[in-house]
Amino acid sequence: MNSVIFLTIVLLALSSYFFGRKKAILIQSNKRLTALPKFYGYYLAIWCGAPAFLLYALWSIFEPSIVRFFILSDYSSQGLLEGELNLFYEKVKSLSRNQYSGELTAELQRSAEKYLNFRDIAKWSKVVIVLSLLIASTGYAYTKISNNTKTREPVEIFLKGVFFLSSLAAILTTIGIIFSLLFQTIEFFQVIPLFDFVFGMHWYPAKAFVRDASETLDPSMYSDTFGAVPIFAGTFFIALIAMCVAIPIGLLSGIYMAEYASKRLRQYAKPVIEILAGIPTVVYGFFAALTVGPFLKDLGLSLGLEVSAESALAAGGVMGIMIIPFISSLSDDVITSVPQNLRDGSYAMGATKSETIKRVIFPAALPGIVGSILLGVSRAIGETMIVVMASGLAANLTLNPLESTSTITAQIVVILIGDQQFGDPKTQAAFALGLSLFIVTLVLNIVALSVVKKYREKYE
Amino acid sequence: MNKEERLIKRYKAEKRFQFYGKAAIFMALLFLVVFLTKIFSTGYTAFQKTWLVIPVNYNADLLYLDPDKKPTTEDINDADFYEFGIETFITLDPDASEDQIMELKKMFAFTFERELKYYLLDNPDSFGKTVDVKLTASDDLDQVFKGNYPRDIPENRRRASDYQLKIFDKLNEDGRVISEFNASFFTNADSREAELAGIASSFMGSLFSILVCLSIAFPVALLAAVYLEEFAPKNRFTDFIEVNINNLAAVPSIVFGLLGLGVLLAVFGLPRSTPLVGGITLSLMTLPTIIIAARASLKAVPPSIREAALAMGASRMQTTMHHTVPLALPGTLSGTIIGLAQALGETAPLILIGMVAFVNTIPGTPMDPAASLPVQIYIWAESAERGFVEKVSACIMVLLFFLIFMNLGAQLIRHKFEKKWN
Repeated sequence: MNSVIFLTIVLLALSSYFFGRKKAILIQSNKRLTALPKFYGYYLAIWCGAPAFLLYALWSIFEPSIVRFFILSDYSSQGLLEGELNLFYEKVKSLSRNQYSGELTAELQRSAEKYLNFRDIAKWSKVVIVLSLLIASTGYAYTKISNNTKTREPVEIFLKGVFFLSSLAAILTTIGIIFSLLFQTIEFFQVIPLFDFVFGMHWYPAKAFVRDASETLDPSMYSDTFGAVPIFAGTFFIALIAMCVAIPIGLLSGIYMAEYASKRLRQYAKPVIEILAGIPTVVYGFFAALTVGPFLKDLGLSLGLEVSAESALAAGGVMGIMIIPFISSLSDDVITSVPQNLRDGSYAMGATKSETIKRVIFPAALPGIVGSILLGVSRAIGETMIVVMASGLAANLTLNPLESTSTITAQIVVILIGDQQFGDPKTQAAFALGLSLFIVTLVLNIVALSVVKKYREKYE
Repeated sequence: MNKEERLIKRYKAEKRFQFYGKAAIFMALLFLVVFLTKIFSTGYTAFQKTWLVIPVNYNADLLYLDPDKKPTTEDINDADFYEFGIETFITLDPDASEDQIMELKKMFAFTFERELKYYLLDNPDSFGKTVDVKLTASDDLDQVFKGNYPRDIPENRRRASDYQLKIFDKLNEDGRVISEFNASFFTNADSREAELAGIASSFMGSLFSILVCLSIAFPVALLAAVYLEEFAPKNRFTDFIEVNINNLAAVPSIVFGLLGLGVLLAVFGLPRSTPLVGGITLSLMTLPTIIIAARASLKAVPPSIREAALAMGASRMQTTMHHTVPLALPGTLSGTIIGLAQALGETAPLILIGMVAFVNTIPGTPMDPAASLPVQIYIWAESAERGFVEKVSACIMVLLFFLIFMNLGAQLIRHKFEKKWN
């Protein structure tokens, strides 16, 4: 039904384009047109399609919740819990589809009939109202073009409006992220005190598991289960290991590329190193779990060290490899944009190339390099698959790189994989972690981007 | 220390520094090489499949069919091929004990019933005769044959028993073990059995997600970029949009997964585990990448083009739609392809919206539950069975192939169609 309405609107809009254009050509025979004939077509098509489509979209979004409100209004006075109402409504819906297999009550029967009734009314009134709006707006537009009013300007204003709405997509996404994270996080902190989350030393979310939506939440159940310190510590520890690999290799190769490499080497080696950034992270995760982890374990055994097969070192090291290209190409760009006269001045004083790099270029490029490193850190903190696959899932508070630790991202995946129940502190905990991750990476990005921008402005 | 010595020392330091730089580049390249060789060396065997060719007697009595009449398709479909299969396996070793018969059965993939049936359906003439039929070998024997499982460890630590290996070696000596191109890897959906698992369902899942992602992200991003570059007034609000886009590009992908879960699934009630939701989530993620690429290529169109069009009497909108956007399209398209390649390799957000469910059917529409190629890699990598290791590597090879293909396509568009302005 929905797709039929949609197609009808599209077809009518298309045909009114041709209709409008034809009308314009008719007008042309005795009057001067205000715009090209096709604008008459666009004008009519927009008036035909846009209002009807907008109404149709809004109706489709709000219909389910309005029907639900009407069905459940019979039962709202009975003091039922939100979860019970939801369950009841699901039963009504499955009964109306003839897929219900549970106990049949008179109430359920009645509500299901009412539900079908409402759906029918809603469906037909939707068709009638949408089509009458379409006819009305098309008629209005038709009288307008018959009177030969201006058509190009309204069409262009409409298009500009569509462009503007598209540019809001980025803001809407940000709002969506903040809304979805904040909403769940606030509910989470109503059960778990913020202090326990930020300073608690034990993370064991599996303990807080609610089997039933109607089960009451007993805060004592959750004491000492949602302490995020081990998670935060693990996240920064693994990021630190990654940066220990990525900074020296990335920076040195960036410097070499910018200052020493021949054109040929640059031409070939740079894109090849950047392949490292294009490899999906799940592939790195597999590599870390299957090759690097066991290799480190065997190496440790031969040295007499006890190394976990899911060590922080394996995950962090492989993550470092992934970040090398980010740091190397950004620092390459930054170093290349240091003005030549600084170099020339240094050479004129008799400094060797490496001395120039170390004493003149590097300090000059430092803000940009710091920016690139911060972007790398933000990548490392937000990286998920490598940690999920190669590091442990239990949150140990440790500073030994040979043991396993867990990170914010890995815990989010652990909690949310499989079925999850909204309204459960365990699920909400994942959103709280997500919000902390979002804030940390946002701050890092803003700082990094502004540092790099300032630096660029300095030399441009 | 005199002057000479100091100079020598300084030159040595210079050489050392250069060496560090070279070593760093070498290390980065070495990682890449080690990485790719590891994937290829574990993965290439998955493109071969081991078959056991065994003599099968399509005897009417064994199938409980009428020996005098040619069986119809329905008769064959109704016949019990399980018992028939077991009887057939016993012919490999007539003295087998009860336990050994079970081991014989386990030498074959559990689809042997279907394979025996389809052979008879395809070759009705073989009814009543003994013919050689190709059956899929079990995962354990497949791995032994490919040399991925060691044979010289004690029996209790091995997946294939001594007895199975004995029968297998005998078959091998008779030339009854054959290895062929593994077409089922590309045509089968996922399976719990490594020898039957294929990437068809996750491939379709990825394809649908990418198509949904493309059809949302490309138009929205292009229009947004056109607005910001060509029409937007320079004020606080447009600055805010710009900051937003730049920050969104650096938000970790898993946060988009939380967005998909918290808004698309929980608020809008879209169906879980489907490429539709996956595609929408990925489109939000690739949006900033495409907007940034599109803006860069719009910026690269010289103002003289716009001025010429305006001077000829075109409106701002006509100038943009007829001249600026077509000239910026190649750059935008190559940026879009790069964004889609990123989306194709993305795993974490798809896991959160439930695209990790075990799906053993091939999805036909974006509304059917599905996995995607990277998620399939994750699912198989987490599986305990050893036979999946080569599958994971092979799946990675397929994924990398597509990524390389897309990136080369982006390069090609850029070099072939993009105008250079001087």
